[in-house]
Amino acid sequence: METDQIEEMDVEVLSSMWPDDVGTQADNQFNVEKPAGDSDTLKEVDIAEKRTMADLKRLPELLNTTDQGSSQLTNLVRQWEYMQDHAVRLLREELKILTRQREEAEAKELKIIEEHNFETEEPENVPVLDETSHLFRRFRQKKRDELVDSKRVVIDEEFDTVAYWKQKALSLEKMLEASTERERRLIEKLNESLKTMESHSAPDILGKTDVEIFHGGGVKESEDFKREVLEKGKASKREITFETELFGSKTFLIYVEPVYNKAREKIGINYMGMEVTDQVRKREKMAKLREDNAVRKAMESELTKTIHITEETMRAKQMLATMSHEIRSPLSGVVGMAEILSTTKLDKEQRQLLNVMISSGDLVLQLINDILDLSKVESGVMKLEATKFRPREVVKHVLQTAAASLKKDLTLEGNIADEVPILVVGDVLRIRQILTNLISNAIKFTHRGKVGIKLKVISQPSFASDKEQNETSVWICCDVYDTGIGIPENALPCLFKKYMQASADHARKYGGTGLGLAICKQLVELMGGQLTVTSQVNLGSTFTFVLPYKVATPDDHSDDQDEFSDMVDHHQPEPDDTTEGYFQFKPLLGSIYSNGGPVMGNNFLPHKAMLTSPIKLINGSVADPSNSSGQSQTVQVENGGYMDESESAHQYGNGNGHRCPSKESESCSSSQASSEMESELTVSSPREEEKTETEVKETSQPKILLVEDNKINIMVAKSMMKQLGYTMDIANNGVEAINAVKDTSYDLVLMDVCMPVMDGLKATRLIRSYEESGNWDAAIEAGVDIKTSESEQGCERSTDRLPIVAMTANTLAESSEECYANGMDSFISKPVTLQKLKECLQQYLQ
Amino acid sequence: MQRQVALIKQSLFDQGYLDEQFMELEELQDDVNPNFVEEVATLYFKDSARLINSIDQALERGSFDFNRLDNYMHQFKGSSSSIGASKVKTECTMFREYCRVGNAEGCLMTFQQVKKEHATLRKKLEHYFQASQ
Repeated sequence: METDQIEEMDVEVLSSMWPDDVGTQADNQFNVEKPAGDSDTLKEVDIAEKRTMADLKRLPELLNTTDQGSSQLTNLVRQWEYMQDHAVRLLREELKILTRQREEAEAKELKIIEEHNFETEEPENVPVLDETSHLFRRFRQKKRDELVDSKRVVIDEEFDTVAYWKQKALSLEKMLEASTERERRLIEKLNESLKTMESHSAPDILGKTDVEIFHGGGVKESEDFKREVLEKGKASKREITFETELFGSKTFLIYVEPVYNKAREKIGINYMGMEVTDQVRKREKMAKLREDNAVRKAMESELTKTIHITEETMRAKQMLATMSHEIRSPLSGVVGMAEILSTTKLDKEQRQLLNVMISSGDLVLQLINDILDLSKVESGVMKLEATKFRPREVVKHVLQTAAASLKKDLTLEGNIADEVPILVVGDVLRIRQILTNLISNAIKFTHRGKVGIKLKVISQPSFASDKEQNETSVWICCDVYDTGIGIPENALPCLFKKYMQASADHARKYGGTGLGLAICKQLVELMGGQLTVTSQVNLGSTFTFVLPYKVATPDDHSDDQDEFSDMVDHHQPEPDDTTEGYFQFKPLLGSIYSNGGPVMGNNFLPHKAMLTSPIKLINGSVADPSNSSGQSQTVQVENGGYMDESESAHQYGNGNGHRCPSKESESCSSSQASSEMESELTVSSPREEEKTETEVKETSQPKILLVEDNKINIMVAKSMMKQLGYTMDIANNGVEAINAVKDTSYDLVLMDVCMPVMDGLKATRLIRSYEESGNWDAAIEAGVDIKTSESEQGCERSTDRLPIVAMTANTLAESSEECYANGMDSFISKPVTLQKLKECLQQYLQ
Repeated sequence: MQRQVALIKQSLFDQGYLDEQFMELEELQDDVNPNFVEEVATLYFKDSARLINSIDQALERGSFDFNRLDNYMHQFKGSSSSIGASKVKTECTMFREYCRVGNAEGCLMTFQQVKKEHATLRKKLEHYFQASQ
């Protein structure tokens, strides 16, 4: 508190960081305006700054008026006590200093006294106001003692003997010498000072006015001061600095008082001056010391605070790392075990329970990942990547994935403006995450209508800083819109907060963790963009985010591996795909055998040319045989354990019947099965497993059929194929082979010659006849039970020549000529080796 | 221990019980299928035992349906050659020859050989797999 302010009837209760006794320069001086406590101005110059004087008259008033006053009072009191303590502390300090000074001064004076030990009188020029004046009395005593002591001569001989008197004489002589020496020195000093004195003759000083002696700015000041005193009629003290010729700059404490005559008229002033340069200097040093102290203390507290914060941060980061490992590992273990369990034999009830377990586990894992993502972004640990990607494909993929697990009757749309570049640089993973999050939110809260993504280019938005602007930077605005339940206005501001949902009801009804939007917002802002939302209740919402991207030049297609791993054979530049800007997806539950619907249409089927290897389709759209979905399929099938060799025979027998549906709509059924697989992670009954398995083979690899009856040969051949990276379908005789070929379009058939029921040669003949005639009449004649289902019309199959390779045991009946004659393209001799298979594959699967 | 296993294997090759096809099988064994060879062998013995039974029965009946016998033997031979059972394969070939010419006695004789070789191989492979555990 500033005491001045208190005295000016203001109650100032703000406490400053500074110790209260550090005031302004003006305050240091004794101000005559200060009433009350400081009446005796001739008291010792107090280096300690003003004590705070609470105006006791005023306080009760305040106290009576307001509560604030009372709190201020308590504050005040506290402050006052604090300052008292502080003042006490400072006083003690000063006392210490002064004592030290005193002791120094004493020592000095002792020295002086010693040198002037012939003086017995009290020196005249000790300033009365000097603190040390009272010391002189004590000093004189000491001096006396010393001198008396020193005068005494110690003789250690016995008194009144010759030796005694001799010693005494000697010592006295020494003393005399010392004394004379001192005298000499003193005389020297005297002469010196005389000289200095003479250089400045007394008249120079004596008889002159102060104005004449002193120079510098102080002169005018003193004049003003004198005039002031004369006018005001009040005596006062002031410190003024003068320049002097002899001694340089000196500060004088000037006391001026007016002189009145008997008639109470002012006739003049009395003027007294005292040199206080040293004291001033000391005082200033003290003040400065206090300042530094205060600064240092402030810095220290800041530092401790920072240390605390850093410790907290470190602990938090540690926890993050620990949590990420500790929680995720066992949880993954649980989910993993559950998935393995699901591949074993379970009854219906067990399977249901297991499904619940798996989905719950996944949800928890998802939640943890979300939390960790959010923490990572917030703590600044998240690193962004910069990879080239195609925005159109990302949008398409996100929509496809969403459509695959879509259970409601909604339309998913994607619309990308033409000026959006083909290839940009950004963090694909995060962008996909954001889009997926927003889309899943939209789908969650929309029950009818449509959900869509719209991309367009905009000019640099207002919030962007200019430093990022360069020619290759483009701002793309992305709208994720829906026709859902909308968001009420009052819920909009809290939307992006962590763990917030639009309302408690929403949380209950729709589930979710409430973290998705927070994560999206953080990610978007981390990438230098902005995420906003507009909405109308019951009409829908639009989430908009704007991000800067660098435009990339499409140098080669190898960059694009993450989106479409093409069907091995073809690496055509897909011109349709890259510029295609409009997509639409519809869910296809319940329309398993409808042919994918018109929507599939012509929007994009760049893989039309590759129908020899049919493509898996998801919900009526061209499957992107992207690694993720393909792999997830494979994994699940592996888990399903239906690749068991011993079952392969049965499998094919069953597969026969089920191939039909799977084959006919290359679109939908696979989508159905796949959607089931993807959305619910249901490990379904064997039928669908086989379907999916065959579909897996359909998607990722060329279709190979092995026709062989010997189990060992099948096992060996299959294992070899696996090593080469392919899977095969199995048929055990010619009839099965024909049915297989009818139902599925194969890229290669390995046909054993000697088989029961129907041998390889005959089967080949019949297949060739179909290829030529387009029908299976010959086969029917031969007694093969051909199932002609309506599926066939729907199938687009090429009637290219099916490569058939014979596996012969090199007997007479199986000679190579026979093989060729029956329509085979080539032969492998048994036993089958890896090398032979490899060559064969290379030849026929280019 | 490893050396012992290798020695056993080498002796099987040297004595002609196994040929290169067995090595092909070993190539297919890896971390994913650590016991592939053993599995194939087990399957082979199971399957071939069935065939041997069938042939035995057919021969006991005394009807000598050479076609049928030849079919069985074809399968047997096929399996044997797939795993590289060299001596067994040779005997099978002989059996088939006799079948082709319709020599019943020859068939009977060679079939005994087949069975003998089969049993021997089985014992040796069992020993080999046990040692390599």
